[in-house]
Amino acid sequence: MQLLNTILIGITAGSIYSLMAIAFVLVWRSTRVVNFAQAGMALLSTYIGYEAVTRFGSFWIALPVAMLGGALFAALVEVILMRLLVKHASTGPIAAVAPIIATLGLLGLIRSVIAMIWGGQDLRILPPVSNMGFTLNGETLVFSPLKLLILIITLVLMALLSLLFQRTNLGLSLRASAYAPEISRLSGVHVDLIRTLGWALAGAAGAVAGIFQTVNGNGNFSPDSIEFALLLVSGFIAAVIGGLDSLLGAVIGGMFLGIVIAFVLIYVNTSLFFIVPFIILLIVLFIRPQGIIGARAGRRA
Amino acid sequence: MSLNISNLTIHHGAICAINSVSLAVPTGKLAAIIGSNGAGKTTLLRAISGLNKPSHGKMSWMGESILDEKPENLVRRGISHVSEGKSVIPELTVKENLELGAIWRRNKNELSSSLEQVVTTFPRLGERLSQRADTLSGGERQMLAIGRALMSKPQLLLLDEPSLGLAPLVVEQIFQKIHDLSTSMRITIVLVEQNAVGALKIADLGIVLNLGKVVAVDHADALMVNPAVRAAYLGY
Repeated sequence: MQLLNTILIGITAGSIYSLMAIAFVLVWRSTRVVNFAQAGMALLSTYIGYEAVTRFGSFWIALPVAMLGGALFAALVEVILMRLLVKHASTGPIAAVAPIIATLGLLGLIRSVIAMIWGGQDLRILPPVSNMGFTLNGETLVFSPLKLLILIITLVLMALLSLLFQRTNLGLSLRASAYAPEISRLSGVHVDLIRTLGWALAGAAGAVAGIFQTVNGNGNFSPDSIEFALLLVSGFIAAVIGGLDSLLGAVIGGMFLGIVIAFVLIYVNTSLFFIVPFIILLIVLFIRPQGIIGARAGRRA
Repeated sequence: MSLNISNLTIHHGAICAINSVSLAVPTGKLAAIIGSNGAGKTTLLRAISGLNKPSHGKMSWMGESILDEKPENLVRRGISHVSEGKSVIPELTVKENLELGAIWRRNKNELSSSLEQVVTTFPRLGERLSQRADTLSGGERQMLAIGRALMSKPQLLLLDEPSLGLAPLVVEQIFQKIHDLSTSMRITIVLVEQNAVGALKIADLGIVLNLGKVVAVDHADALMVNPAVRAAYLGY
């Protein structure tokens, strides 16, 4: 029973990490930037979701509103900040470092602005369904209707994203622009627009991850939420485990991380919470530096 | 005169890669631009398709300026560029590479007829539609690159060194196909080549570029027998 419990908790947490990892991968594929502000964007989206809940009283309105808000904000960041950076710091070592520093700075900036608008205290989003565990053979599981819902919505979103990428012209443009921007432009793809769209999709995925991470915990969040620090670390590490370039890799990386963390927490020691992702990352990088389904070594196009 | 370039100058930083070049290619003709390494052939071709920004001069296609226009818009005006080195996307399938070439076109019926046309031109691609492009041979990749450009229904086709790295027999096939495109489909073609003999054989018009300047323009067959050109570029 404890084994089943552990796996189910792991898969639920893993699906949230996967969404965050997808956000990292989408941005990386669009502009070759590791966006550390992703956690800040997810946090901001959660606040937007919170505002929507208080105004409309429904979680089901808040979720799409948060996704839309996250998408718009991410798109703005790409258009205003990233394009400017690429224009002004396009050569030498600065070009490699500037975007990363910029996203780190943005992470801090977003958190300060949030603290200015909403204050530093804990706010709360109530889950749409019960987080009381299912009962099986008289025993109560940790796995709850809420966790089941999170899992289903996450899987549906991933399926939609996969359809978008594999079956539509827009998806072909997104993939082609990631692999070969010049060939894509010569084929008539508006690559700049596609890059912004990649950021927007990442913003929406991050928003869902942020809200689910919040309600899957105790529902509380603040500018200093440890839940969001964990989301940043786990999402990033899941993306790297998956090769940073692959959406499928991000999902596998996230699920793998979620399950391993759950096992360590339940069977070993809860104090290892923050260390486990890093140890897993190190092990994966030693064994398969290109990630679980990473592209062949050296490919940067 | 359909493609018109006058006094075009292009700088790469402090280096002047193209120095006041003027040339004209009439509709439906095949122009070969030849010259040694570093002559500026690729730079010139990339300027026509909008990838390089010229510092001076004028360029027009069908009487309208193509200066300061982005490549993604020029392809909508009928200009397709196959860049150097088998420009296909290895991670995508053959079919996806071809569909990419037509991605800006809306009419679905036209698309399938374009695909049919490309497959008729290059039957080998038709047999490999669902394979990833990185499983193709060098010659097949070059055919795919040209096929992708054809999917945009070009009126002006810019080809950068299609013979690069291919076996002589395959080069001959590719050149034959390019010649067919020019004669049967009446596409205006600008062909940049190191393989000067092969290019001039199929071309109507030859342009010799040296150190960023045009040093000779003539009918292709006249250039072939021009003693100075023969000594410098044709090697016989």
